[in-house]
Amino acid sequence: MNAPDLTLNGLLDRTLRADRGRIIAALISRVGDFQLAEDALQDASASALVHWGRSGAPSRPEAWLIRVAFRKAIDRLRRIARDARQTAAMAVLARDEADEEADIMDDRLRLIFTCCHPALEPKSRVALTLRTIAGLTTAEIARAFLDAEPTMAQRLTRAKTKLREAGIPFVIPGPEDWPDRLQSVLAVVYLIFNAGYTAGPAEPRDLCDEAIFLARLIARLSPPGLCNLAEVEGCLALMLLTHARRAARVEDGVTVPLGQQDRSLWDSAALAEGLALIDAAMARRSPGPYQIKAAIAACHAAAQPDWPQIAALYEGLARFEPTPVVHLNRAVALAETGALQPALDLLDRLGPALAAYQPYHAARAEYLARAESFGPARAAFGRAIALAASSADAAYLAKRRAALPH
Amino acid sequence: MQYLALIYSAPENEPKYGTPEFGAMMTGYNAFTAMLKETGAFVSGDGLKPVTTATSVRVKDGKVETMDGPFAETKEHLGGYYLMEVPDLDTAIKYAAQIPTAGYGMVELRPVMVW
Repeated sequence: MNAPDLTLNGLLDRTLRADRGRIIAALISRVGDFQLAEDALQDASASALVHWGRSGAPSRPEAWLIRVAFRKAIDRLRRIARDARQTAAMAVLARDEADEEADIMDDRLRLIFTCCHPALEPKSRVALTLRTIAGLTTAEIARAFLDAEPTMAQRLTRAKTKLREAGIPFVIPGPEDWPDRLQSVLAVVYLIFNAGYTAGPAEPRDLCDEAIFLARLIARLSPPGLCNLAEVEGCLALMLLTHARRAARVEDGVTVPLGQQDRSLWDSAALAEGLALIDAAMARRSPGPYQIKAAIAACHAAAQPDWPQIAALYEGLARFEPTPVVHLNRAVALAETGALQPALDLLDRLGPALAAYQPYHAARAEYLARAESFGPARAAFGRAIALAASSADAAYLAKRRAALPH
Repeated sequence: MQYLALIYSAPENEPKYGTPEFGAMMTGYNAFTAMLKETGAFVSGDGLKPVTTATSVRVKDGKVETMDGPFAETKEHLGGYYLMEVPDLDTAIKYAAQIPTAGYGMVELRPVMVW
């Protein structure tokens, strides 16, 4: 750990890192424009160094930045105001500026819903959420999604322009739209989590942590009595339970399957929090796919996975998400309960849909081997190795294939 | 804000004239237009004759060139439009989803530019 940077530069950096999402949300909610808010914050940051140097650091740097950024936004609007809408925006700003001592509302929930608006491309929703709420830089987001930085910068600019020009409102959707819109938000959060899971903890900004931060924020800021809070908690629980195992997932560059992981490496605090969240979510009696997935993750975390229970949960999940991958997981759970032949029959039916899906061939190889069909098992391992996304997975599968009797 | 809802569909998916489905579609359009007028969102709206009646026009080197048919050869054709005055995109989407053709075709929403 480095000693904290006590210079004004350091204070500004820390404030922006910790509070950027809050500051930007407060600004966007007043000026109604992402780009204007970002530009105004940049202006305010530059003037912070000058003013703080002259008269000392303010007691609440984030409030100072918001206040000054408001003024900078008014300046910018004055320079470009051409139409009635911008003049009206200016009047609102001037009124808010007079109201300096008012408490700064936390507008991040509105901002999340806006960033995840279904009128934006899914990848742009992810990028905009990471940039605006989580405060990642364009370069960090580009690296996480293996894009060139200019490409990602363009994507962000396009998304911000569309938000402004298409009239996407900066609001939390009404009750009738809430379920669909929340699904879009949780899908973005979970995509961010999965990107972090695939990349592993090597990146300086762990996307898994960012996704968990976002889910906590949504759970905390959501209005009470919300029917879908159970799914927010389910999503958070699912991520916590998955993330708790990160230290045990890979050993010497080889993926370690769940049943063989060293449990002493699991994060017990994250596990406990995840399990408590599932209980809280279930008590709300509003089942949904994230809660079911979290319950499945909880079963896997038990000392002895309850396979009949897991198979039943996958059957429930298939009602929400009737995808081949969910059926594949149901087949795996079935096989583990001992119903090997029904599982292999189900796998055969899924073949055409999952021909290019590595986990399908890996699972089929395992259960063919268990049924002592060693020839077909060897062939299935071969296909799984050819399709493996990481060298750790390929190494594990090759080890399994080599262990087959000849 | 004003939004132009451009209504597209493939001719083979459209209800045929004289069938009960056609009648249901017409009733749906009448109800939708009445609802738009009631909420004050209606600016204008019309159906268009089929693309077989379309003529495309451009001027090249000062000469008017006409072409029989629509500008773009696509499966889905522009069949009508509504011009709506609503507060934001969410409201525009809510209305667009109630246009009968959205059930078998597609509605494109375009904000009108303000000068």
